[in-house]
Amino acid sequence: MNKNTSSTIKELQTGLAQGKFSSTEITADYLTKINLLNPDINAFITVTQEKALEQAKVADKIIADGKGTALTGIPLAHKDIFCTDGTRTTCGSRMLEDFKAPYNANVIENFENQHTVMLGKTNMDEFAMGSSNENSFYGPVKNPWAMDSVPGGSSGGSAAAVAAGLAPAATGTDTGGSIRQPAAFCGITGLKPTYGRVSRYGMIAYASSLDQGGPMAHTAEDCAILLQSMAGFDKRDSTSIDKEIPDYTASLNNNLSGLKIGLPKEYFAEGLNVDVAKNIDEAIKQYEKMGAVIKDISLPNSKIAIPTYYVVAMAECSSNLSRFDGVRFGHRCEDPKDLEDLYKRSRGEGFGEEVKRRILIGAYTLSAGYYDAFYLKAQKLRRLISQDFTTAFEEVDIIAGPTTPEVAWVTGDKSDDPVSMYLQDIYTISVNLAGLPGMSIPAGFADEKPVGLQLIGNYFDESRLLNAAHQFQQNTDWHQMSPEEK
Amino acid sequence: MQWETVIGLEIHAQLATKSKIFSAASTAFGAEPNTQACAVDLGLPGVLPVLNKEVVNMAIKFGVAIDAEIGRESVFARKNYFYPDLPKGYQISQMDLPIVGKGQLTISPEEGTSKVIGITRAHLEEDAGKSLHDQFPGQTGVDLNRAGTPLLEIVSDPDISSAKEAVAYARKIHSLVQFIEICDGNMAQGSLRCDANVSVRPVGQQELGTRAEIKNINSFRFLERAINFEIERQIDLIEDGGTVVQETRLYDSEKNETRSMRSKEEANDYRYFPDPDLLPVRVTDEDIERIRATLPELPEQKRLRYINELKLSDYNSELLSSSREIADFFETALAQLPGQSSLLANWILGDLTGALNKSEMGFADSPINPEQLAGLLKRINDNTISGKIAKEVFEAMWNGEGSADEIIDSKGLKQITDSGAIEKLIDDVIAENPGQVEQFRAGKEKVLGFFVGQIMKQSKGKANPGQVNQLLREKLKP
Amino acid sequence: MSLKTEDVKNIAHLARLAIDDDAVADYASDLSNILDLVDQMNQVNTDNVQPMAHPMDSQQRLRDDEASEPNQRDKFQSVAPDVESGLYRVPKVIE
Repeated sequence: MNKNTSSTIKELQTGLAQGKFSSTEITADYLTKINLLNPDINAFITVTQEKALEQAKVADKIIADGKGTALTGIPLAHKDIFCTDGTRTTCGSRMLEDFKAPYNANVIENFENQHTVMLGKTNMDEFAMGSSNENSFYGPVKNPWAMDSVPGGSSGGSAAAVAAGLAPAATGTDTGGSIRQPAAFCGITGLKPTYGRVSRYGMIAYASSLDQGGPMAHTAEDCAILLQSMAGFDKRDSTSIDKEIPDYTASLNNNLSGLKIGLPKEYFAEGLNVDVAKNIDEAIKQYEKMGAVIKDISLPNSKIAIPTYYVVAMAECSSNLSRFDGVRFGHRCEDPKDLEDLYKRSRGEGFGEEVKRRILIGAYTLSAGYYDAFYLKAQKLRRLISQDFTTAFEEVDIIAGPTTPEVAWVTGDKSDDPVSMYLQDIYTISVNLAGLPGMSIPAGFADEKPVGLQLIGNYFDESRLLNAAHQFQQNTDWHQMSPEEK
Repeated sequence: MQWETVIGLEIHAQLATKSKIFSAASTAFGAEPNTQACAVDLGLPGVLPVLNKEVVNMAIKFGVAIDAEIGRESVFARKNYFYPDLPKGYQISQMDLPIVGKGQLTISPEEGTSKVIGITRAHLEEDAGKSLHDQFPGQTGVDLNRAGTPLLEIVSDPDISSAKEAVAYARKIHSLVQFIEICDGNMAQGSLRCDANVSVRPVGQQELGTRAEIKNINSFRFLERAINFEIERQIDLIEDGGTVVQETRLYDSEKNETRSMRSKEEANDYRYFPDPDLLPVRVTDEDIERIRATLPELPEQKRLRYINELKLSDYNSELLSSSREIADFFETALAQLPGQSSLLANWILGDLTGALNKSEMGFADSPINPEQLAGLLKRINDNTISGKIAKEVFEAMWNGEGSADEIIDSKGLKQITDSGAIEKLIDDVIAENPGQVEQFRAGKEKVLGFFVGQIMKQSKGKANPGQVNQLLREKLKP
Repeated sequence: MSLKTEDVKNIAHLARLAIDDDAVADYASDLSNILDLVDQMNQVNTDNVQPMAHPMDSQQRLRDDEASEPNQRDKFQSVAPDVESGLYRVPKVIE
């Protein structure tokens, strides 16, 4: 394969700037590889071949005119949850099978303003509900490291695309771990920013108080570059925070000496696979070598995070998905006999099983008489969980641990038991409930499948996270490995 | 069996903003279908709401005007249900923490009476679109232009006891929201809609009867009729051994009856929860004072001032204070003619209102402005003209013939007050009517009127009536 | 916590989701399992704890009252299943 398709964004930037290759050339390379491998891996739902080449052409002209910016001409893949004007946006669902979004998400606008190239829209668990990409109407995605295994979810397509070299980087979204977990399973780097850092305008909503869009790439440096363009205040999103965006690449090379890293004892308890634990221990030792100081901390309410998350997320999504009713867009059933029939069959046909389950639970928990016991209770637990982190951050700068309790499981192994799937989110979920930023970086292998190390930062402390991740990647080479070389 | 009625009104006032509550689409009335429904209004995937500043200001204005508690932190909640004109499948409204809390309004259902009606709360929400059922056979057409228009839902306590009181309350709200310029009050366009919750119970019973809700009444006349029909319907039902069902009903103005709304028969579980796309609205004391400072003297304050300081009747005070235009007119004229509030009130509420109504004009378009009216009334006051002549002058002024003084002058309408001249007139009339003189002297008092009439006729109405009377009696003495 | 098939049907109606009769029992069982998981929340005492709706303690930002959205009806209706004379059409609703 052409070497270019294993490149990082940083390498592509340099190459484009030096004229070593053009955007059209690298775009064509990626498209070739996509056409070859995607039928098997199924990382893309839509490949925007023509559009990509057009965009590359425009980008080349801009670069030639000396007017290029950081990301001009860089090919990217976008999770099919971001509305892309004039291009199919399915959200992994039959409900939006033919939906051509009539506007761009803020994240997409930001990239288009820099004249990046869109290779296509990546596969995902339907409406972002899932941890394995097995809940997609467009078929499951294969983990490039182990084709019989899941890539993780819900941003499984984006993770697999990057891991397989089908795109140098991709956008994802994370509501309970949907960037970090697939990044861990696919041996790449993913970042979920602080809630409110990246605008949710145009990002199809799953759980409004938890969703955040973020970058997925080979390296922390690439993630920093991408985050620079994704972050920012958007007045169209009431939950968007108006706060200065630091230069994320400027602090990547800061010395880690004295960095206080907390290890929550709850993340190293029963349930954590022994081999995964070994890799994480090694990774922590590496940090000590780099000068970090390790402290044991406790996040006492960790265990309760899973039910808390699911109540909040299901309640919010049950309401967010009501707009899919077959009236103004999306799937409509044939020959509806009355309004009830229109709604019930359009939604019954348009949504998959997991989505329906979550809508039903969500509706149930909000229904008359249950609000206090479920939703309100969960919001109170959420406060306790957040307070655990606030207390911890008084003692440490970063919190570290495994991203997932096990490595990628074999496709189909957990699909009969939704609850066992939910329990996989144990280490990532609290971070969304608290609204903190979190990353997963490659930290080794267990059972020949990638292991991810999770780093959690304080509010708006992405710079420090990226710095810690980047330094780790200067001293290890897990992030440089690819399935092809294995 | 004696029955009493308990009524609560929920009034939805469309706030007169330029753009919608959560999007920047226009709220202008009458546009082509769906040309004022942007992505946010359509509930497209991925869109989000952002709150309109002016909507908050208007809600606070209302709260101040009804002396209510203003919520320092209010929260938007989702009211979940499915209907074609509700694009998101939920309406963004307010549940536990509304922006306006408890307040009150004083009404005057009949002259000389007053009653305080409590207002439970007023909250902000978005309007739904319109469903058109007669455009396509077997189908309903949906226009979402109206979706997202800001509404202030004003909820009264169940303090209203009759249809008449309900109308008085609704009218008062109607004029208040226009007075403080938060709503254009255009009932025909749906700017103000009333839902009435009606129940009956035997007099003396503490427990409330089951209520029925009559929705979407958009005229005061219909409001009165609908409520009266419903009261009778419920009483008849109970007296016949039946029970009132808690349900939603519509008023049919053609048949003058209320009927059950089939599609909303089942009680809806709205599954309210705070909208996670919106943050709490914080209102400070400074915000409230800033808005209070922009409010003019409110109708209630004016009404009381007119009664207590200007000594006007309850009835006149109510009318003069109810609309900004009338109140402004009255007060401007009064400034020119201090101490003559009664005279002004009568002319404004009588002659001027009559003329305006006849020409279907509002006070803002009156051809006679406050200063001009004051000028006319001044001349009555200083005896330049009589009240009767003044009406002639008024008409001439209405037709644009000039100021009061100019018309009095040009038409020679000045009152005759010179006793010599009046005496001469009296002498002439006495001389010409000896028979009536006899009658008067014989004791027929009524004949005086004849003489006065004759003298007025001779003087073309200009003789000062008071003087005429006095001098006539003297001259008629035997 | 156990959900009966009747409960499932009721919620499915609330959420306007068509569920096959032979799938209802499976849903009831899946949902009951999920609710068992959720039940664990009761193991933690939350007396006197303030609910947390958003990660950040901020307040709603306000937008100036300007009608700046252009008319994009054609574009927005190009994705609609049934439109006529500018109106969205659905089976007739009887009020």
